[in-house]
Parts: sequence; structure tokens; C-alpha cells
Amino acid sequence: MIELDNIAYSYGGGELLSEVSFKLAPGSFHFLTGPSGSGKTTFLKLCYGALTPTAGRVQLFGKDVREMDRDDHAMTRRQIGVVHQDCQFLDHLPVRENVALPLTVSGKDSLEQHSNLKELLTWVGLGHRASALPPELSGGERQRAALARAVIMSPDVVLADEPTGNVDWEMSQRLLQLLVELNKMGKTILIATHDMNLIRAAKHHVQARVLRISGRKLQLAGADL
Amino acid sequence: MSKGLQLSKLIMGDAQADRVVPPTGFTARLTLFAAGAMAFLTVFALALSLASGRLAARWGEELAQSSTLRISAPDEQMAAQTAAALTVLESTPGIASARALSVEEQRNLLAPWFGPDLPLDSLPIPQLIEIVETEEGYDGAGLRLRLQAEVPGAVLDDHNRWRRPLERAAGRLRLLGWVSIGLIGAATAAMITLAANAALAANAQVISVLRLIGAQDSYIARAFVRRFTLRALSGAAIGTALGALAVFLLPSAQDSGGFLTGLGFQGIGWALLALIPPLAGVVAYLATGAAARRTLGELT
Ligand SMILES: Nc1ncnc2c1ncn2[C@@H]1O[C@H](COP(=O)(O)OP(=O)(O)OP(=O)(O)O)[C@@H](O)[C@H]1O
Ligand SMILES: [Mg+2]
Repeated sequence: MIELDNIAYSYGGGELLSEVSFKLAPGSFHFLTGPSGSGKTTFLKLCYGALTPTAGRVQLFGKDVREMDRDDHAMTRRQIGVVHQDCQFLDHLPVRENVALPLTVSGKDSLEQHSNLKELLTWVGLGHRASALPPELSGGERQRAALARAVIMSPDVVLADEPTGNVDWEMSQRLLQLLVELNKMGKTILIATHDMNLIRAAKHHVQARVLRISGRKLQLAGADL
Repeated sequence: MSKGLQLSKLIMGDAQADRVVPPTGFTARLTLFAAGAMAFLTVFALALSLASGRLAARWGEELAQSSTLRISAPDEQMAAQTAAALTVLESTPGIASARALSVEEQRNLLAPWFGPDLPLDSLPIPQLIEIVETEEGYDGAGLRLRLQAEVPGAVLDDHNRWRRPLERAAGRLRLLGWVSIGLIGAATAAMITLAANAALAANAQVISVLRLIGAQDSYIARAFVRRFTLRALSGAAIGTALGALAVFLLPSAQDSGGFLTGLGFQGIGWALLALIPPLAGVVAYLATGAAARRTLGELT
């Protein structure tokens, strides 16, 4: 589904990533770690086509990103749910509508979907905040809303960038639980985080692999965890 | 997707899609006002065009069908020349009838200028002959030649001399009216483009969020285009209604029908008025569509 073939990336200065190859296996659960500024967000952006590699090839669902037009990109965004590090919302719409936005823009805004929406909001613990506007939410509530929005289209892949960045330990456990549940439903999960405790906790619930960006390369981190 | 479906989607809209773009108070008011003011002006330009068109047609018709022959001759020859002229006229193809005005009629014609007590008998007043043409009209140059030979004191006035420039002026006025309507349309398009560009720029953040979650550019563009089209439509409807009211309230045309009092709409004119709001809508639709496509193409 997502395939990086010997890619390199630079924002214009020196190379941030080089000789990176990676194939996301369906149904797998991955963590991506690395120091701040090592390129985790950049790597995720390459994985959903927001960035085009400066060298090498990225294929999303069998399509080369260099050959995708805007509409193709819109379609892949519907197949890959993304939780962004800065959780962008439309601040003038209530949480309920923000979470349902992927349905709205893809014309799948049916009544049946709306009952799913209610369930989903309850599932992420935002049932009582459905009518709030995004600026009124706490950091943790924003991340849960972002997660709900990322999965509402029932995408095959969920990429989450620091989904537990702003929350306390208990809440991060709850968010992790949500992602683990999604994985058990057959979704492929990739989480970028530098929270080692979260990774250790996850190992009790799911068969997770850990990737690390270090010295511009992507490594499979091993037993040291 | 078919054009028809797209259009109905644009007009009926879907409430959800509309809410995706936050309300933009300033550009909304600007578009409403611009469309309203432009529609108001269009009403007057249209009234001007239609009225000058009517005027040109009326002058053309009334004056084309009649002309006057004026005979100046010494008293003793007057009767003979008049008779000779009538004979010539009656045998000229294209002339339906020719009739010498009586002394009484001539006195009435002159009364407004010189008063009723004019001693016509003692003045060298020319004899007037009124000519009514057939549909086809007659050959003015040929008639003049014949008259020159047979009635030396006759002067043919077929009104062409002053009818032509009047007709031309009315035609020019009508053209100016249409040019004004075209310019108003272009200015409306320019203003709405500016407003749409401002709205798109102000919503760059919204656009980027929409793209992140998989919105196609056509969807994003539609949300903007629909808004501006509906606003232009309603603004123009208000402007047209006010303009029509203003024209309706002008002093009504009298029989003597001066140009200024003949500005009102008649018959098909009212139907043309009803076209102004939809046309403004079309202009807004095209202008916003182009602006949205350009901006979305530039935003990465
Ligand atoms: N748009 C950009 N233009 C130029 N440089 C950028 C851009 N985005 C990121 N960078 C730089 O690239 C490097 C990697 O950024 P990235 O966001 O991928 O790091 P990260 O691993 O996600 O960090 P963090 O853990 O803090 O989120 C950083 O040094 C950053 O400053
Ligand atoms: Mg990051």
C-alpha cells in the first residue's frame, strides 16, 4: 500500500533523509522514533504524498506520487487517515462537523454515517463535546478529535504524528488503546512518537515494530526497547 | 458529472458544503453592493438604449412617409404652377397622394408663429403641397429634375435633410447604451473577481485543511463559487428592482412624447429587465470560477 524505494529528501539545504526504503505491510503496527528534528513528520508526509521525494520513488496504492494529479492526491487522502502533529481543524465548525468533514467532502454524508459519527465520538470520549468549537477544546481533546477524523472514512491506513504529544499518561494510554483496537480491526497503523514509554506500553497489547530515524537513515530498532 | 447536475447542485447546494467555508462578512457585503449598484445602472442604460431605439424608429417611420413641396412664384403664376406641380406629382410612381393646402390650413400652420391676425393675402406666402408616399417611396432626385423643368418655383423638401442626422444620433445613443451595459458587466466581473480573490486568500488555512482531509479542488471551488453567485444574484435582484422602480416613477410619457419623458419600459423591455439578475449571476459564476481555479492552482 505504501512503498518507499531508496528515497532521499531535502527541504533545500542538506539531505534530511537518504537511502530510505520501506514497505508498509497491510495490518502491521509500526512506531517511528527519532530525536526531534530528525525527520519523523517529513517521513510521514512522504508516506501520504504531501511531499515528493527528491530522489527515489514513492508508491501509494500502486501509484507513483510523481504521476499523481491533485484529484489523485485527494483520493489517497481518503484512503490514508492522518492525525497531524498540529491537528488542523476548521475553527468555525463544531467538533461534530469537523470530525465528519472527510465524509462531507467526499459526498458520503449520509444519515447512516451520522449515527456512526455519534458512536465514534463516544468511542474517543468526545460525546459530550460534540457541539464545541475546536478552539474551545483542550490539547488532548483536540488530538482525540483529530484521531476520530482520521478514521471516520474507515481508511486502510492510519498515520499518526505524535498523537499523544499534548496529553497526560492516562490519556495517552487511552489513545493508544484506540489505535490498537483499530489495528485489531485490520487497519494498518504507523505512529510517529518520541515517547519511549508509550512504545513499551504498546508492546503488551500488540505486535509492534519500531523504526528509528538516525543519521538520515531509517533503521529497524531492535531489542534495546 | 453532467453540466445540468452540476448546475442544480450549484443552485440547490448542499447545506453542509456551504458551511465548510467560514462566513466572510466583508467580501459578502462588497459583492452584494457591487452587484446591486451595477444592476441599478444597467436598468438605466437599458432604458436609454430602448428609448433611443424607439425614438429612431418613430422618427424614421413618421418622417419617411411624408414630404412637402413648396412653390414660390409671382401671384399671377401661382395657380398655374400649383396645378402643373400636382400633375407632375400625380404621375410620379411612389406617391400615394398630393394635395395643395388651402389658405385656411396655411394660416393655421403659421398662426403659432405670427398670431391669428396675419394678413396672408398681402404677404408673398409660398403655396404648400403635402405629399404622402407609398410604402416603397419615390425617387427624390428624379422628381426634382422633372419639377425643375416644369415648375421652376418648386422646392421639394423630403425631410431627409434633418431626418438623417436625428436618426443617426438616436442610433448612436442606443449603441452607447449597449456599450455601457457591456462595460458595467465587465466592471462587475472585475469587482467580483477582486472580492473572490480576497475571500480565497483569507481562507488559505481552510483550503489547506480541506485538502488534508481529501477534498478535491472542484469541491472547494464550488463552495466559493456558489456563495458569490448567489450573492450577486440577490444583489442584482435588489438593484434591478430599485432601478425599475426609479424608472417607473419618472413622469410618464405624453403624446407629444419628448425623449426624457419616454424613458419607461414597455412590453419586451420588462422581460429584458428580468434578465439582469440571472446575467449578473452568470458573470459572478464565471468570474469566481476563474479566480478559484487560479488561486487553487497556485496554492500548494
Ligand atoms: N517546510 C520546511 N522547510 C524547511 N525545513 C523544514 C520544513 N519542515 C521541516 N523542516 C526541517 O526539517 C527537519 C525535520 O523536521 P520534521 O518536522 O520532519 O522533524 P520531526 O522529527 O518530526 O521533529 P519533531 O519530533 O520535533 O516533530 C527539521 O530540522 C525542520 O526544521
Ligand atoms: Mg514532527
